[in-house]
Amino acid sequence: MHVNLTINGEQYEADVEPRLLLVHLLRDVLRLTGTHIGCDTTHCGACTILMDGRPVKSCTMFAVQARGKQLMTVEGLEQNAKLHPLQEGFMAEHGLQCGYCTPGMLMTSYAFLQKNPKPSEDDVRWAISGNLCRCTGYVNIVKAVQHAAAKIAQGGA
Amino acid sequence: MIPAAFEYHAPSTIAEATALLAKLGEDAKVLSGGQSLIPLMKLRLANPAHVVDINGIPGLSGIREGEGLLRIGALTRETELEESELLRTRYPLLHDTSKVIADPLVRNLATVGGNLAHGDPANDHPATMLALGAEIVAVGPKGERRMPIASFFTGPFETGLKPDEILVEIRVPTPPARSGGAYLKLERKVGDFATAAVAAQLTLSGDGTCAYVGIGLTNVGLTPIKATKAEAVLRGKAPDEAAIKRAAELAAEASEPAADLRGSIEYKRDLVRILTARALRRAAERAGR
Repeated sequence: MHVNLTINGEQYEADVEPRLLLVHLLRDVLRLTGTHIGCDTTHCGACTILMDGRPVKSCTMFAVQARGKQLMTVEGLEQNAKLHPLQEGFMAEHGLQCGYCTPGMLMTSYAFLQKNPKPSEDDVRWAISGNLCRCTGYVNIVKAVQHAAAKIAQGGA
Repeated sequence: MIPAAFEYHAPSTIAEATALLAKLGEDAKVLSGGQSLIPLMKLRLANPAHVVDINGIPGLSGIREGEGLLRIGALTRETELEESELLRTRYPLLHDTSKVIADPLVRNLATVGGNLAHGDPANDHPATMLALGAEIVAVGPKGERRMPIASFFTGPFETGLKPDEILVEIRVPTPPARSGGAYLKLERKVGDFATAAVAAQLTLSGDGTCAYVGIGLTNVGLTPIKATKAEAVLRGKAPDEAAIKRAAELAAEASEPAADLRGSIEYKRDLVRILTARALRRAAERAGR
């Protein structure tokens, strides 16, 4: 089945089997390997991408369901060789250890900050409750998101 | 994990979808939010030869209130319930429920219709809709059919939907003034199924007694459970501590939990008792006791 979709502002197309999962289209067919496959069972959120602005688990969608949609993956955060404030925040606050959950954390946080630009710690914890970090580095992840929120509020992005 | 191969269908009208289902019969599964179906297909616990994706059918989503009914389109995402000001202010039981289903990412895709049509006793909306006395609207090749929620769940993962029917809408009677509800769920972590959960809905009369009582139980039986004896004991009485205690005991008796990693039978049954009492107290407070 033929699939046309927009990812990070660019047009992509591919011929896929209906059973191909969206995350496999991204990683294996289109070679956008920033999105990770973690648990592969809809629990961990490492595969989170944005579909029409909403964070969703790309391991729990078929690629054919994304036809005509606007997707954003972690590769879309950096603009003109400049890191997004969230990426800077994760660096500055040591928001990653092994880094496996990071693409999902970033994409969930990106969508969240658009809705809630001045979040409390509780708000952030609620927002990322569908993203698991096996290093249990949540304290610094929350700080990283708040770092980004402050930076964006100062006009950093 | 990779699901077994299937043929994908994307009808653009309900008539087209039901005609497909009528033709394909038991070989077809309806794909709504996919947050239960796709994991099952990846585990090869479900291997439908045909998947009928209803996401492209217009008019199946949205929340509307009028003529004494709240109408929730089957394709309405859980996030839409969570973000609805109408639900937050007038249907607190539904708002409570939408905040504790799976996790925020799953809720962006998961649908209310799917949560019910899946027939999973561990899902949250069945108990909520049992407590609210909702009605299920289904459409098949022969037209529309309405079913009371109390008889909708016929067995584990089985509902009153026929193979050629699609659940299109859920109708909840608009509660009169002095109504309130609450959903209380104990889960080991965000995203887990409930160890047990209880939905309670009350309407108080002018004299402070309960004119309406609805109590639904999640994940403590082979099907979602409507705690009818607990409802009956509270109906016509003031929701005071003695009455709530008795209703909570009857709700616990109505539960038929299985022992698993989440707890023993005794633990879960006692949890139903505790959660029922707390849910009824909160519902009564919200009703303006």
